[in-house]
Amino acid sequence: MQIKLRVFRFDPERDQKPRFDTFMMDVDPNDRVLDLLEYVKADFDSTLALRRSCAHGVCGSDAMRVNGRNYLACKVLVKNLGTDQITVEPILGLKVIKDLIVDMKPFFDHYRSVLPYLINDDPLPADGKERLQSPEQQLRFEDTTKCILCAACTTSCPSFWSDANYVGPAAIVNAHRFIFDSRDKAGGKRLNILNEQFGVWRCRTAFNCTEACPRDIHITQAIAEVKRAVNTGRIE
Amino acid sequence: MANVHEFDVVVVGGGGAGLMAAMNASKTARTAVISKLYPVRSHTGAAQGGIGAALGNIEEDNPDWHTFDTVKGSDYLGDQDAIEFMCREAVDAVYDLEHMGLPFTRNPDGRIAQRPFGGHTNNVTGKPVRRSCYAADRTGHMILQTLYQQCIKNNILFYDEFQVMDVLIVDGKAAGVVAVELATGELHVFHSKAVIIATGGHGRIWEITSNAYAYTGDGCAVVARRGIPLEDMEFFQFHPTGIFKLGILITEAVRGEGGILFNAKGERFMEKYAPRIKDLASRDVISRSMYLETRAGNDVNKQRFFYLDVTPEIVNKYAEIDGRTRPDGTPYRVTAEEIMSKIPDIADFCLTYLGVDPTRQPIPVQPTAHYAMGGIPTNKFGQVVIDEQNTVLPGLYAAGEVACVSVHGANRLGTNSLVDLVVFGKHSGLHAAEYALGADMPSLPDDPTGFMREQIDRLRAASGSENVATLARELKVEMFDNVGVFRTQAGLEQAVVKVQELRERFKQVKVTDTGKVFNMEMMQAWELGNMLDLALITAQSALARTESRGAHARDDYPARDDANWLKHTLAWMNGDEISLGYKPVVITQYAPKERTY
Repeated sequence: MQIKLRVFRFDPERDQKPRFDTFMMDVDPNDRVLDLLEYVKADFDSTLALRRSCAHGVCGSDAMRVNGRNYLACKVLVKNLGTDQITVEPILGLKVIKDLIVDMKPFFDHYRSVLPYLINDDPLPADGKERLQSPEQQLRFEDTTKCILCAACTTSCPSFWSDANYVGPAAIVNAHRFIFDSRDKAGGKRLNILNEQFGVWRCRTAFNCTEACPRDIHITQAIAEVKRAVNTGRIE
Repeated sequence: MANVHEFDVVVVGGGGAGLMAAMNASKTARTAVISKLYPVRSHTGAAQGGIGAALGNIEEDNPDWHTFDTVKGSDYLGDQDAIEFMCREAVDAVYDLEHMGLPFTRNPDGRIAQRPFGGHTNNVTGKPVRRSCYAADRTGHMILQTLYQQCIKNNILFYDEFQVMDVLIVDGKAAGVVAVELATGELHVFHSKAVIIATGGHGRIWEITSNAYAYTGDGCAVVARRGIPLEDMEFFQFHPTGIFKLGILITEAVRGEGGILFNAKGERFMEKYAPRIKDLASRDVISRSMYLETRAGNDVNKQRFFYLDVTPEIVNKYAEIDGRTRPDGTPYRVTAEEIMSKIPDIADFCLTYLGVDPTRQPIPVQPTAHYAMGGIPTNKFGQVVIDEQNTVLPGLYAAGEVACVSVHGANRLGTNSLVDLVVFGKHSGLHAAEYALGADMPSLPDDPTGFMREQIDRLRAASGSENVATLARELKVEMFDNVGVFRTQAGLEQAVVKVQELRERFKQVKVTDTGKVFNMEMMQAWELGNMLDLALITAQSALARTESRGAHARDDYPARDDANWLKHTLAWMNGDEISLGYKPVVITQYAPKERTY
């Protein structure tokens, strides 16, 4: 099928302001949007800059805005968009460096701020083997372990757009992953961090994050569980 | 002038091996990780089915059986001292990961769950054994995330999105690496006593591949240009179950959970080729069987693909035929929900890319380029060894897929890539730190960035007529057709000629972007140069080896030839010339014998 692809362009070494380039191309409805961008690089304009690696939705490199909604470019097919007019832009709320590449540092700083690692100073089992965890205990936080840190959620969040100091849904998801892990001992510390000014209360339950998540994590629910734990002081 | 940084140990690559190395080295040595990607983008995260370790959580197992299975899987080309070491270490490696917080799927008793995987057997009965420790079908993702989390906890220093383009060797010792910072185009010299290369594989040189765009063989190419040989490059694994046309991996765990392969006639064709363990035979065996089925006209729609069926009806039917039981002895029967809970990501890939629900319909699959058994030669401490006598190059290490220890020999068993990167990542990190603490800081060469600037300047000035994407496309097709699952003298000769032609044309390549900030076009052109070098080495190593062993299957030499070829290939690149040498395989307990499944 014939499509019209509009791509956001900005080269900090040459351009005063961004523009859109338009490409008319023949594509397969099963093509990924990432494939279209690769066609641009191969056949139209080799200078287009973007991040991508695994090309099947597990590495998190290519979160982008496609027709006004966040996706991984490798996980949305032309036929999913239901139109032959496709516009690709960088994710919002992070500074554009070049074309579709944004500055990810603030995103990773927020991630780091919630202590995103297991904390447990108790002695390990004497036999050197695994700590025990029941299937139910593991399922309690399994959903939030799926996060690939692509930033599709955080950069779809109106609260984050209005104030980039907000830790954002991805950081809360990663806090949730440890708060509700039966092996972790620092849940209270993380709840204190998220109870601060730019923590979990900035969430206004817009649900954009849940819709944007390419891993189908129930983000709004995870945030609600963290809010509840902050309020009650109980992790259950 | 370049920015100069000084460390005891620099790790190149932020995947599983690199992060393990960094964590262990940083306990005693000043360490930095340099990676062209954000570490969490690394390809370790795409590994699905599990990490093999003889925990025996469900049934009897032991590291000796894991060792023998790995030796046999390697078609006896693996070095048995290293394999013994890896399989013994695997058990503690898995417990270490659990202690770091890895969210393994659990058994009802709270222990780590395990499942069957190709080529892993109970050595007494010959039946599949549950050895693969897993976190649903995203075990690699969990390993990568867990290691990255621990690196944050331990304040590991990262240089993200820095492309290493050269390794410095002074007076026969490692002295650091040179990199370009992608965001600025600035050059950086990382002056160090030890260097650990952990850059992963090079599966992008084939058309149908499960590998990430990033898998362009940078680490191998960089050291090869500095006169270090590459080992066993003719051995590249084609995984039998890639999604038709796209190459995206469908984990072996699908067959571990009971999935069955069918040809166009609806036959369970693996019965013919591996009568004992059938669909759970080694990957090389199944990929080759698919080729033979294709040649017999049994591929679906004559399009070189087959069906992988994991619908409950089929799983239960064949579980009954095979007499498969649960750990408690009851017959193995599954529901659609159970399958979904074991392979949720696979189901998601199938729905997203094929519109197929694998609990209701079969999945169209074909062999896909997957894993480099070959790479930078090392010993079991990760030290790079540079000749037939295994002479160590002091201070230089390699670990993970980029390295060839060799524990995978001619064919890797499923789950052993994750074992490899955790075990050898750890030990290369420990050894490099120990070496660095006892060594003086080597002097830098007079012009440390000279060779790298030469490469960059050539690409920056590249105003020729050849398109990077066109050259890459031609390379991938040639490699898939002639240096793929089955090889012939004529095909390999043709591939060598073609790759040489492409390397010639690459000298006339065109790079339009002259900027410094995220000049991805120039980086991709440089990566293509790496792929062309590795393709040539692969094709020439394959042409020379006149036998069939593991993943290297030759139509014209169908048998394994231990009398002449029970040896590792070493390939040196001198400009456009490749020279080959050989070194013996280490055999301890297991004399080579015929390999049947």
